[in-house]
Amino acid sequence: MNTATASFGKSLFELLSSMRFAISLLSILAIASIIGTVLKQAEPYNNYVIQLGPYWFQVFEKLGLYDVYHAAWFLVILTFLVASVSVCIWRNAPNFAREMKSFREQVSEQSLAAFKHKHEAVTAHSPESLAAQAEAYLTGQGYAVKRVARDDGLLLAAKAGKWNRLGYFLAHAAIVLICIGGLMDGNLVFKAQQLLGMKKIETRDIPQSEVPAISRLSPDNPSFRGSVQIPEGSSADVAFLNVADGYLVQDLPFTVALKQFRIEHYSTGQPKSFESDLEIFDRSGKKIREATIAVNHPLIHDGIAIYQASFADGGTKLSLRGWNLFASQAATFEVDGVVHQNTTLTSAAGDYTLEFTDFRPFNIENVGGEIDTGRDAMAVLGGSPVSDNKHLRNVGPSFQYKLRDARGQAREYSNYMLPMQLDDRWYMMSGVRETPNEAFRYLRMPLDASGSLDSFMRLRGALMNPDLRPEIAARFARQALPENAWNTEIEDKLKFSASQVLALFATGGFQALSGFIEARVPEAERDKAAETYLRILELSAFEALQIANRLDKQPPPAANDATGWLVRDTLNSLSDMFVYGAPIYLQLMQYDEVKASGLQLTRSPGKSVVYFGSLLLTLGVFFMFYVRERRVWIRIKPGHALLAMSAAKHTLDFDKEFAQHAQALDTLAK
Amino acid sequence: MEIALNQPAPLFKRLTWFDWLFAAIVAGGLLFALSRYGEFMDIYEKAILLAAIPSLAAFGWFWKPFRVLFIAVGALSLVAIGQYDGDLGRMEQAFLLKYLISSQAAIMWMCALFLLATVTYWAGLLARSDFLNRTGTAMVWVAVTLGFVGLMVRWYESYLIGPDVGHIPVSNLYEVFVLFCLITSMMYLYYEARYQARQLGGFVLIIISAAVGFILWYTFDRGAHEIQPLVPALKSWWMKLHVPANFVGYGAFSIAAMLGVAYLLSARGILASRLPKPEVIDDIMYKAIAIGFAFFTIATILGAMWAAEAWGGYWSWDPKETWALIVWLNYAAWLHIRLVKGLRGPMLAWWAVVGLFVTTFAFIGVNMFLSGLHSYGEL
Repeated sequence: MNTATASFGKSLFELLSSMRFAISLLSILAIASIIGTVLKQAEPYNNYVIQLGPYWFQVFEKLGLYDVYHAAWFLVILTFLVASVSVCIWRNAPNFAREMKSFREQVSEQSLAAFKHKHEAVTAHSPESLAAQAEAYLTGQGYAVKRVARDDGLLLAAKAGKWNRLGYFLAHAAIVLICIGGLMDGNLVFKAQQLLGMKKIETRDIPQSEVPAISRLSPDNPSFRGSVQIPEGSSADVAFLNVADGYLVQDLPFTVALKQFRIEHYSTGQPKSFESDLEIFDRSGKKIREATIAVNHPLIHDGIAIYQASFADGGTKLSLRGWNLFASQAATFEVDGVVHQNTTLTSAAGDYTLEFTDFRPFNIENVGGEIDTGRDAMAVLGGSPVSDNKHLRNVGPSFQYKLRDARGQAREYSNYMLPMQLDDRWYMMSGVRETPNEAFRYLRMPLDASGSLDSFMRLRGALMNPDLRPEIAARFARQALPENAWNTEIEDKLKFSASQVLALFATGGFQALSGFIEARVPEAERDKAAETYLRILELSAFEALQIANRLDKQPPPAANDATGWLVRDTLNSLSDMFVYGAPIYLQLMQYDEVKASGLQLTRSPGKSVVYFGSLLLTLGVFFMFYVRERRVWIRIKPGHALLAMSAAKHTLDFDKEFAQHAQALDTLAK
Repeated sequence: MEIALNQPAPLFKRLTWFDWLFAAIVAGGLLFALSRYGEFMDIYEKAILLAAIPSLAAFGWFWKPFRVLFIAVGALSLVAIGQYDGDLGRMEQAFLLKYLISSQAAIMWMCALFLLATVTYWAGLLARSDFLNRTGTAMVWVAVTLGFVGLMVRWYESYLIGPDVGHIPVSNLYEVFVLFCLITSMMYLYYEARYQARQLGGFVLIIISAAVGFILWYTFDRGAHEIQPLVPALKSWWMKLHVPANFVGYGAFSIAAMLGVAYLLSARGILASRLPKPEVIDDIMYKAIAIGFAFFTIATILGAMWAAEAWGGYWSWDPKETWALIVWLNYAAWLHIRLVKGLRGPMLAWWAVVGLFVTTFAFIGVNMFLSGLHSYGEL
C-alpha cells in the first residue's frame, strides 16, 4: 500500500514535471480559450436559447460554455498548469543553483578530450605564464575564471552568462505569480459560497433595495468587478455584478454621487471625451472627495477603482404635443413624459401605453452625397488623408418611445425634435420599426411657409372629415369646369367622383385608390384612370385646404408652388400614416435633459501580484534569450594546452565564439 | 596583442565621432520636439519622449545603419513640415509634398518600392545575382525611409487638421499596417546584414508585399487612409508603447514564418543551392521568434496595464486578449520544444509557418470575425 502510494506520488511528480505534459497543457489551454472567443460570453441566456435551440442550450450550459473562463474545468486546467510549472521549478531549482555557482573544475582530462568543441595548441611558455595570459583574456571576454592546480600543470575553469539560469527561475516563477494574482481577482470565493448554498444569484427584476441578503456581497468582499448606472443628481452605494443569467448586488463602503456627465465632440461630430464629475461620501453622509473621471482616467478610492464605462439617458423630462392622426380636427393635446417611465393614453379605441425609452441630444447623420475620393494626381498617389466628407451634420435631438396597445403589441418610434431639409423642403420626421434589429422607416410631415405643422394638420383633418367632403367636391367641380358646365350632369358626375376619391383616400391612402382602380377599371385604362384620380385628389385637396383655413380663420393659402408641394407632401404623408401603425404623432416641444453615467467599480488585490509577476516574466525572458550560458576549460601542461567549450544552447554564435577562443589560444601559446 | 586577441574594448572607446554626433542629433531633435510640441503632451508622453533619447542613441550604436536612417527620416520630415508651413492646403500645391513627402505620397512610394524590391530579390535569387540582391536591399532601405517619413508627416498633418484631432499614427488598421511593413523590413535588414543572407529577401518581402496589398486595397476601396480623430478609449499615452511593441512581435513572427517556408523548400531541395545553409535559416528563425516573443510578452503586459486603466480590469478575456494569450502560448511551446528538447528541423519550421496563421488571426481575424472591447480597426 505504502509503496503503491509512493510510486503513484512519484509518477504524478514525473508526469507534472514532464515537458510533454507542460506542452499538452499549453495546447489544451489555448484550445479552451478559443471556445470563449467564438461563442459570445455572458450574453443574456435568452440569446443563447434562440441561437442554439433548447437542447444544445442545456448541453452548453452544463459545460459552462457561457462563461468559459470561470468554468470549473477551465480553472482545473489552469491549476494543473500552475502545478506543472511549480513542480518544474522545484525539480530544477537546486540543480540550477548549483550550476550557477559551480565552475565544474572537477572535469577530467579525458572528458575534455571527448568534447565536440575542443582545440589543442603547442606552447613554449611555462604553464603559469600561459595560464596568467589566458585568464586575463577570458576575464576580458566576460568570463569568471577559477584556476585549479593539477599534478602536471593546471586547469582554468571559466563560466559566463549564469543569469541565463536566473532567467529561467524568474520567468517560471512569474507564471505562477500571475496565475495566483489572477485567482485572487477571480470569483473563487463566491463560487465556493454558491456551492455551499451561502450565496445565490438574483434573477428577478426587482428594486435593488429589495434584493435579499443571500444575493448581496458585503463591502469587505476582497475582489469584485461590478457596474452601476447613476443619473445626474443621484447617487449609488451598490454595484451590480452580472453572473450567469442573473446578478449580485455588491454593497460599497461609500456612496458615489454623479454631479454631471459630459460628452465633448470633435468638429466632425465623433465623441471626443466622456467625463463624470463625481462626489464620494462616506457611510455617514460626509463628503470625502470630489473628482472628475474620464475614459483612461479612473479614480481610485479606498482600493476601489471607479471607471467611466458607459452612459445613457438618466430620465430626461419631455414635454410633448400630440396630434390624433385620424381625427377630423387639427386639435392637439399635451403629454409630459420621463425617459425610462411609462404614461397611459386613453382613447376611444382603447388604452395605449407610452413607454419612453431614450432621448438623444445629438444625432450626427450623413445627410446625402457620395464621398468624392478622386482628385487629379493626388488620387494616383493615394488621395489626401484629410477627410472631405462634409455631409455629416448634427440634426438635433430625438426621443424614442414604444407605443403599446391594449393587446400588448408594441411598435417603436423615434421622433426628431427639429425639422429636416430634404429636397429643399422641410419636414418633421418620425421613424417607426417593429423589431429592434430593423432600421427605422420614416414618416415625413411637411412644414408650411411659417415653419409649422399647422397647415399639414389642418389639411389632414379636413381630408379625414366626411362632413366636409360635399363642399370640397363642389368647390373642386366648380374650379375644374368652365362656367357653362355648371349645374349640369357633368358637374354632378365630377362631384361624385371627387367625393368617392376623397372617401377612398381617407380610408387607406393611395393603396386604397389603386385597389379600387384594379377592381373596377379594365387593365388597358388603369394608367389613365390613376392619373385622373390623382389629379382629382390633388385639386380637391387644395380646395380642402382653402376650406380648412377658412374654418380656422386663417388667410387662404397662396396659389403657388410651395402650396402645391405642401398639398402633395401632405397626401403622401397621409397615405403613409396608414402603415405608420400609431394613431398619434408626438412632437417634442421642450426637454430637460438628465444624463446617466455608467460606472464600473473594481477591487482587484491581485493586480500588484500580477504586475510584479509580469516584471519578473519580462526580465526572465530577456535573461533566457539574451544571456548565453557558456563554459570554457583550458587544461595546461608543460608544452601543451587543451581548450574545450560547452553551452546549454548550441547556436551559430557559439560556433563563432569557439573559433575566436581557439584562435586566441593559438596566439597566446605562440 | 590586444587586437590579435579580439578583446572587446570598453564601450566608450568603441564609439566613433559619428556615434557621438548621432547621439547629439537624437538628443537635440527630441528636445527640440519637446520644447516645440510639449504643450500637446501629458507628463507620461514627455517621459516617453525623454526615455526615447537614450534608447534611440543606444539602438543606433548597436545597429549602425540606423543612425543614417534616423537622420534621413528626421531631415526629410523637417523639410515636409517646412513645406507645409502650417497650411494643410499646401499638400496639393507644393511640388515636394504633392509628389514625394506628404504622408500619402511617401507611403505610396514606400508601397511601390516594397513591391519592386520583392521582384528584384526574387530575380536576384533565381539569377544568383549579387547585384540584384544589393539593389533589392537598397530599395528596402529607401522604402523604410519614406515609410517613416510618411508616418512622421502624417503625425504632423493630423495636428494641422485640428489640434484636438492630432495623434501618433498608430491608431487604426491602416496606420499599423504601414508600421508593420516598416518594423518587419527593418528587422529583416538587420538579419540580412548580420548573416550575409540577402537571398532570403524574396521570402520576407512576400509577407510585406501582402501587407502592402492590404494597404492599397484599404486606401482605394475603403478610403481608410483618411485621418480620423481618436475615440476616447484610445486617447492615452499607453498607445505609444503598446502598439509598437506589439508590431515588433508580429513582424518577427512573420519573418520567422517566411524563413520557415525557405527552410522547408530548401530541405526538399528546392532552391537549396541558392539559399543560405539550413543552419543559418534555422538560427535566424530562432532569433526572430525569440525577439518576437520577448516583445510580444512586453506588448501584452503593456496592453493589460492599459486595459486596467481603460476597461476596468487588466484581463477581461476579451477576444483580442484571449487570442494574444493563444499566440503567446503557441510560441512559448515552440521555444520550449526547441530550447529544452533541443529539437530542430522541419517540424519547427512547419510550426513557425502555422504560427503565422495564429498570429494573423489574432491581428486581423479577431477584428473581422469577433467583436469585443478592442474594436479599433474594423474592416
